[in-house]
Amino acid sequence: MYEGVVQNLIDELGMLPGVGPKSAQRIAFHLLAAEPADVKRLAHALLEVKEKVRFCRVCGNVAAEEECRICRDARRDPHVICVVEESKDVVAIEKTREFRGRYHVLGGAISPIDGVGPDDLRIRELMTRLADGRVTELIIATDPNLEGEATATYLARLVKPMGLKVTRLASGLPVGGDLEYADEVTLGRAFEGRRLLDV
Amino acid sequence: MSLYRDEGVVLRTHKLGEADRIITVLTKRTGKIRGVAKGVRRTMSRFGARLEPFTHIDLQLHTGRTLDVVTQVETIRPYGEALIADYPRYTAGSAMLETADRLIMGEKEPALRQFLLLVGGLRALSAGEHEARLVLDAYFLRSLAVAGYAPALVECARCEGPAVRAFAIVAGGAVCGNCRPAGAAVPAGETLALMNALLKGDWPAADASEARHRAECSGLVAAYLQWHLEHGIRSLRHVEREPAT
Ligand SMILES: [Zn+2]
Ligand SMILES: [Zn+2]
Repeated sequence: MYEGVVQNLIDELGMLPGVGPKSAQRIAFHLLAAEPADVKRLAHALLEVKEKVRFCRVCGNVAAEEECRICRDARRDPHVICVVEESKDVVAIEKTREFRGRYHVLGGAISPIDGVGPDDLRIRELMTRLADGRVTELIIATDPNLEGEATATYLARLVKPMGLKVTRLASGLPVGGDLEYADEVTLGRAFEGRRLLDV
Repeated sequence: MSLYRDEGVVLRTHKLGEADRIITVLTKRTGKIRGVAKGVRRTMSRFGARLEPFTHIDLQLHTGRTLDVVTQVETIRPYGEALIADYPRYTAGSAMLETADRLIMGEKEPALRQFLLLVGGLRALSAGEHEARLVLDAYFLRSLAVAGYAPALVECARCEGPAVRAFAIVAGGAVCGNCRPAGAAVPAGETLALMNALLKGDWPAADASEARHRAECSGLVAAYLQWHLEHGIRSLRHVEREPAT
C-alpha cells in the first residue's frame, strides 16, 4: 500500500481491462516519473474522448455526431443489418470491404454468469429498427464463442416471427476467438459463405 | 515445473491481456483449478473452442508460479453446443457453473462428488428430458447437500418431529408448527414433496409436479442457496422457465 493519492491511481488503473495489480503499479510509477506535459496530454485525451465521442443513436457504434458515419452514408444498403457485439467489430468488418449494409452494435453478448441478460444489451433498439419491415436480412456476426453463439440463437428466435432472412457468418472463423482478431481474408470469406440460421 | 493431467468442466473464462484467457476448471481429481491458456483468442489457436464454459475436457497443465499453464486439451463432451441452442437451458447451465464456482471455494482441494454432480447436471440439461429449471433446482439441492447444507424436508429441522408446516431458511429447512419462527414461509405440501423428490432424484414424481409448485420450489431453493452462499448468484436473475406444456 502506498500514500493515498498514489494508491488511488493504482486502484483506478487496476480497474482497466487487462491491467492487473502489478501492471497498475508499474504504470503508476511510470506516470510519476514522466514529464508533467506528457501526463497532461494523456489526461486531456481521456477527458476529450468522454466529452466528444458518443454512441450513434441509430446503431450504437461510436460516433462523433448524433449518428455515426455509416448510418449517415446514403450509399449503404438499408435492407441489410449486421449485428455485432462491439464497435471494434465494425472496424474489423469494414476492413474486409465485403459488407455494404448497416450495423447494429449490441454492446456485448448475453452472459448470465457476468450478470448480462438480453435487457442489458441494445436488443430493444434493434427490434425497433426492424419494426418497419424495411430490413430483409439480418446478419448475426457476434463472436464465434459460447456467449456469441447463445446471443445469436436468442436473436434468431426473437426475430423469427418477423419473417426476415437471418444469417450467421460461416464457420471457418476459429471458435473461441474474438471477431476482431480474425484476419481480413478469413472474415471476408465468412461473409460470403454465411449460412441461414434455422431455429 | 511439473506437469499434471486431469479431466474437468470449464466453469469460467476471463480475458487476459491481448489474446490469452484464464480458465477456471472443476476437475475430477485435483478439484478447482485456474490456468492460463495462451493465445486462444487469436485466430490460429489450436484449442480455443475446447476451452469454452460447459465443455468437459481432458487437459494437461504445467504448474506455474502464480497460474498453471494449459499445454494440451482434448474435448470429452462439448455440453455448450446443446445448451446455446435453447435459452432456458443456457441460462440454467450458467447458474450451475456459477454455483459450482462459488460453492467450491478452495483451489486444488479434491471435490469429486461436486464434479460428478455437475457433469450429471449438464448431461441432464443437454439431454432435455426434464424441464431445465427442475434440473437446475435438483442440482442446487444436491450440491448444497454435498457441501453439508441439505435442507430438512420431511422432518422438522429443529426437533426432528414429523409435522412439517413451514419452511425457514435460518432454521435449516422445513419446521413443525411448534418450532416455526416468525416470518417463515408456508409453502404447499406438494412443494416440499417436490423439493424432496429433486433432492432424492425421484424424477417420475418431479416430472409430474404442477407449474405452481415448481415455481414455489424454485423460489425457496434459490433463497436457501443464496443464504448459504452469502452472495447472490448473478445468473439466477436471467434463468428463464420453459413455457408450461
Ligand atoms: Zn450508426
Ligand atoms: Zn419442530
